[in-house]
Amino acid sequence: MAVEYQNLFTRVQVAAPSYPGVSLGQGNKEREGPPVHVHLFGKLGDAQLGPIYLGWFGLASLICGFIAIEIIGLNMWASVGWSPIEFLRQLPWLALEPPPPKYGLGIPPLNEGGWWLMAGFFLTAAILLWWVRMYRRARALGMGTHVAWAFAAAIWLYLVLGFIRPLLMGSWSEAVPFGIFPHLDWTAAFSIRYGNLFYNPFHMLSIAFLYGSALLFAMHGATILAVSRFGGEREIEQIVDRGTASERAALFWRWTMGFNATMESIHRWAWWFAVLCPLTGGIGILLTGTVVDNWYLWAVKHGVAPMYPMVVPPVADPALLQGVTQ
Amino acid sequence: MNPLKTFLTRGFALLAASLALAGCERPPMETTQIGYRGTGMEQVTNPRLLAAEADKHVAPPAQPPVPSDGPKASQVYQNVKVLGDLSVGEFTRLMVAMTAWVSPEQGCNYCHNPQNLADDSVYTKVVARRMIEMTQHINGNWKTHVANTGVTCFTCHRGKPVPEEVWFVPPLDRQAPRMAGSRAGQNAPAPAAGLSSLPYDPFTPYLLREDNIRVAGPAALPDGHVASIQSTEATYALMMHMSEGLGVNCTFCHNSRAFSSWQESTPQRVTAWHGIRMARDLNTEYLEPLTSTFPANRLGPTGDVAKINCATCHQGANKPLKGAAMLQAHPELAGLVQATAMPAAPAAAETAAETPADAASR
Repeated sequence: MAVEYQNLFTRVQVAAPSYPGVSLGQGNKEREGPPVHVHLFGKLGDAQLGPIYLGWFGLASLICGFIAIEIIGLNMWASVGWSPIEFLRQLPWLALEPPPPKYGLGIPPLNEGGWWLMAGFFLTAAILLWWVRMYRRARALGMGTHVAWAFAAAIWLYLVLGFIRPLLMGSWSEAVPFGIFPHLDWTAAFSIRYGNLFYNPFHMLSIAFLYGSALLFAMHGATILAVSRFGGEREIEQIVDRGTASERAALFWRWTMGFNATMESIHRWAWWFAVLCPLTGGIGILLTGTVVDNWYLWAVKHGVAPMYPMVVPPVADPALLQGVTQ
Repeated sequence: MNPLKTFLTRGFALLAASLALAGCERPPMETTQIGYRGTGMEQVTNPRLLAAEADKHVAPPAQPPVPSDGPKASQVYQNVKVLGDLSVGEFTRLMVAMTAWVSPEQGCNYCHNPQNLADDSVYTKVVARRMIEMTQHINGNWKTHVANTGVTCFTCHRGKPVPEEVWFVPPLDRQAPRMAGSRAGQNAPAPAAGLSSLPYDPFTPYLLREDNIRVAGPAALPDGHVASIQSTEATYALMMHMSEGLGVNCTFCHNSRAFSSWQESTPQRVTAWHGIRMARDLNTEYLEPLTSTFPANRLGPTGDVAKINCATCHQGANKPLKGAAMLQAHPELAGLVQATAMPAAPAAAETAAETPADAASR
């Protein structure tokens, strides 16, 4: 019995006729595609796949996204001399690199960052169009626009990294390359260049919200799963049939830590933690290089970074001793 | 769950876990604390891997000493341009040692024309003479890096005519002049940078040219210091080479939180600082000028000469040959001729390096 409620996957699937969704009314295209049922999907979520609403914004977004991925992918493929095997072998290392510093914010040749600018333009267009679509779909269903604004928080971080900060720094070369390992190298180099990002207070906040999100997600998910044997995941019943799952979940936290969220506020907590992670992170990136050049020295200056005793004899910069550069 | 399904699920999880860890070293590791507690100042080594390569770092036994009296080499032999003031016995002893260090299989004739040992027609003899001068230069003028341990031919050669760890300028990126697919000097598995996607030639800018290695901002707030992310990645790649070449972690030289801070660095960073300049000095003053001496098959893909980096001597040990003082048995390589240029303070060695004192011996 107990095992039934501790499984990763949904154990029981109800086979039911497809649900096409409410009619969208005048001025709206109907949703596309006949729905199908996939048992495997039913283990993770709803077994019904489709219909989907694409619309003009969705279509434009997909086309822009396709163009961006094509530019990035074909450049990567060209960089290995069009060898399909090398493309697969080296894929994690490959990248489409932003322009070198000498071009500043100018338009570089295609193969020296021009493709990167184009890919960035189309990827940004795709993301923004998808955001518009998300906002409009929520409105069409009479929902709030919370999902769109949470997405906007992620877009903010994306735009700071690839557009706003490079503009302020006066160089596209400050932006992130498109590539798996290369964007991680960028991250490491960014921290080294600007004196250790861990001393950036907004980076600290971002990490706190990131870990906080994971903690809240685990607490909430675990709580609801733990009362699912009383129907805790069935929100309609919880509203009309009090006294079992919801109360137990609340009492569990009240009794273990004195304070408990409510059925509504827990989602507010989760939303704000998730949204504040990229919001604060974006502020931290935006300040780096523009307002602060070395976060470690900034932290020393403001008493954030403590000094530790040296266990080896102190050394001096040999360049200063000789009056030579480097 | 039925037993077969459980078995398959667990098998799959195990396979996925082992694939994910395939790039890792097999434990156990050994961690040595080298700094204040809680600051992450530690060196991580793998005793199993160190034991496997221990033979690589053993110095060969020295040739038995010979008397220094008697006629000088320059009086007995012809065309002796270096080491002419050694006795014939000492001179021959060094030749025997060099054969064992550099060309044990090929023998004397690797450098010498057997009909006439004084003949300079074999290119390797011309190179070897210059390399003797280079060894004396290192031992005499770069004590800031090699201290009194010094180097001999064996430090780099290890019984091979061409040292195992040398570097060439990589071939040009074929896609760079085309319409698409430029790698921008990086984004390929780079052996020079620990197989990362960092710039694959960190040597040309720093061990040949004098590009600025220091990228971190020197002040808390922007004050005009310019260093791009790209140049930071190149510095990072050089540091990866040093780490791999010496078999050490970043914290061997740097503290764990502010790589640029000298006041929190270990003394090894000063040694490494001189080492970078030593490699640059040797590459530009000794190796590049030899380019036309070498036959084409010894040159790199762009026609450049084999050059030195940290791994050339270190070969994975933070002290080459684990600090074996081979030089003591060969004082003739110690660069005594530079007595006039010996700096009083170690820090002044840089200026001495500008005027290769071996010029006096030529």
